[in-house]
Amino acid sequence: MKSRRSFLKSTGSGLAIAGASLFAPKFLYAAGLSSGTIEASSLETLPGKKPLIKRNYRPVNYETPVEYFDDVITPNDRFFVRWHLTEVPEITPADWRLKIGGESAEHPFELSLEQLKKDFPAVEMTAVCQCSGNRRGLSDPHVAGVEWGYGAMGNARWKGVRLKDVLAKAGIKPDAVEITFDGADGPAIDKTPDFAKSLPLWKALDENVLIAYEMNGEPLPHLNGGPARIIVPGWTATYWVKKIVAINAVAKPLQTFWMNPAYRVPKGMFPTGERFTSQEKENVPTTPITEIVVNSLITNIKDGQRFHRGAPVVVKGLAWDAGYGINLVEVSIDEGKTWQAATLGADQGRFSFRSWQFSFKPTQSGKHVVMAKASNRQGATQTFELIFNPAGYHNNVVQRIAIQVA
Amino acid sequence: MKSLTIFSILGLAALSASAVAGEDKIQLKHGPGSELVAAHCVMCHSLDMIQINSPFLKRGQWEATVTKMKKVMGAPINDEDTAKIVDYLTKYYGAETPPAPPAAAKN
Repeated sequence: MKSRRSFLKSTGSGLAIAGASLFAPKFLYAAGLSSGTIEASSLETLPGKKPLIKRNYRPVNYETPVEYFDDVITPNDRFFVRWHLTEVPEITPADWRLKIGGESAEHPFELSLEQLKKDFPAVEMTAVCQCSGNRRGLSDPHVAGVEWGYGAMGNARWKGVRLKDVLAKAGIKPDAVEITFDGADGPAIDKTPDFAKSLPLWKALDENVLIAYEMNGEPLPHLNGGPARIIVPGWTATYWVKKIVAINAVAKPLQTFWMNPAYRVPKGMFPTGERFTSQEKENVPTTPITEIVVNSLITNIKDGQRFHRGAPVVVKGLAWDAGYGINLVEVSIDEGKTWQAATLGADQGRFSFRSWQFSFKPTQSGKHVVMAKASNRQGATQTFELIFNPAGYHNNVVQRIAIQVA
Repeated sequence: MKSLTIFSILGLAALSASAVAGEDKIQLKHGPGSELVAAHCVMCHSLDMIQINSPFLKRGQWEATVTKMKKVMGAPINDEDTAKIVDYLTKYYGAETPPAPPAAAKN
């Protein structure tokens, strides 16, 4: 593949493209993306990243090619990048401050990164960060938004402190309903709603929710929300606020565009264990998206790939859910007529990707449709037919990959 | 956090300063309204946002999208320009319509 190096100008958001491919390789084309998405997407290299699939230059929206998911941990330089707003300031660790307060906090205070690390016990956790709209581009019919394929997700080892420990120091009043989060990112024009999110108080106090400052053993990268971001294992990434600079305890539900109407699913369409009821209203037909649905991804074979009759075919992939735990991945090589259990890889924690693999020797020539389906300990599994919703969320349709055996 | 940068409609020429390297090679399809679309939409996002959202939105959906950009995101677009922008997006980036039947041969 030929590529052209181009010299780059720096930008308002401190980003630059370090090189751009002229020819789009086939793996940009998740089957099912719109022709406009395919034509406009390209492999591009952001600072500190390997080439990722560019969906938008600005805001910066780049996804991870499926081929990069060959390990349970997604390396930082392969991790997807997603911002809602165009201004993404680079903040040095020395300059970063986190303000904790709000009307329902007894003792508002401010923390430097050094204090955050020193004053609170460190916790490490492996967890999947998945954009709510991952696979939106595969929706049929297509829906408006960032047209993601399979790669708006990643799995990292996060290190940080428990949010509940930091909130305890602020003293949360009994009237607190939600905890709100604001990052340092900002819009291009003043009238655009700032990106702010909230969690129900009970979720903010969950011991797994972190303020993270390390990712896979390195300081949290700028493009992934450094110096510090919120980690909400099991919930979609809309709550994982990047470049966190303000956390407030509030007595009333947060009312922003980003809480309502954005990031919502029709009530009852995706029954989940954890609901965000302070953001629900009787006369509003939607509820905030919360938990990640059980899902899997085949990572090493592609549509149309050729194999030899009688030679082993190894199918590899990943499976994940909201933290109930993957306990079964089944693979079908006959378009779903029969299913066999795949071998699960080591358990890296209930919020992590789980690797799996399955080998078979095709005895007949021709087309074989390979499918994989994960289930969790609750008995939840993937769907065969898209559960259509206007924002294209929660797409966990079982993949169908046709291979050729000769 | 609020942005430090405020663009006014009069300052459109200055907007290229905010463009990210790479996005200046994006070319919208040429047609009536294309310059208007480029000038307004590029204030907040690169024009690939239009390209990737094609060709599947119908007129009503493009209209809803432009309305959202005005009413929710605060894009300063007047009604006259709104109509031209919706026309352009529908014609050049809208849902594909079935090809017209071939014209009857005239002898």
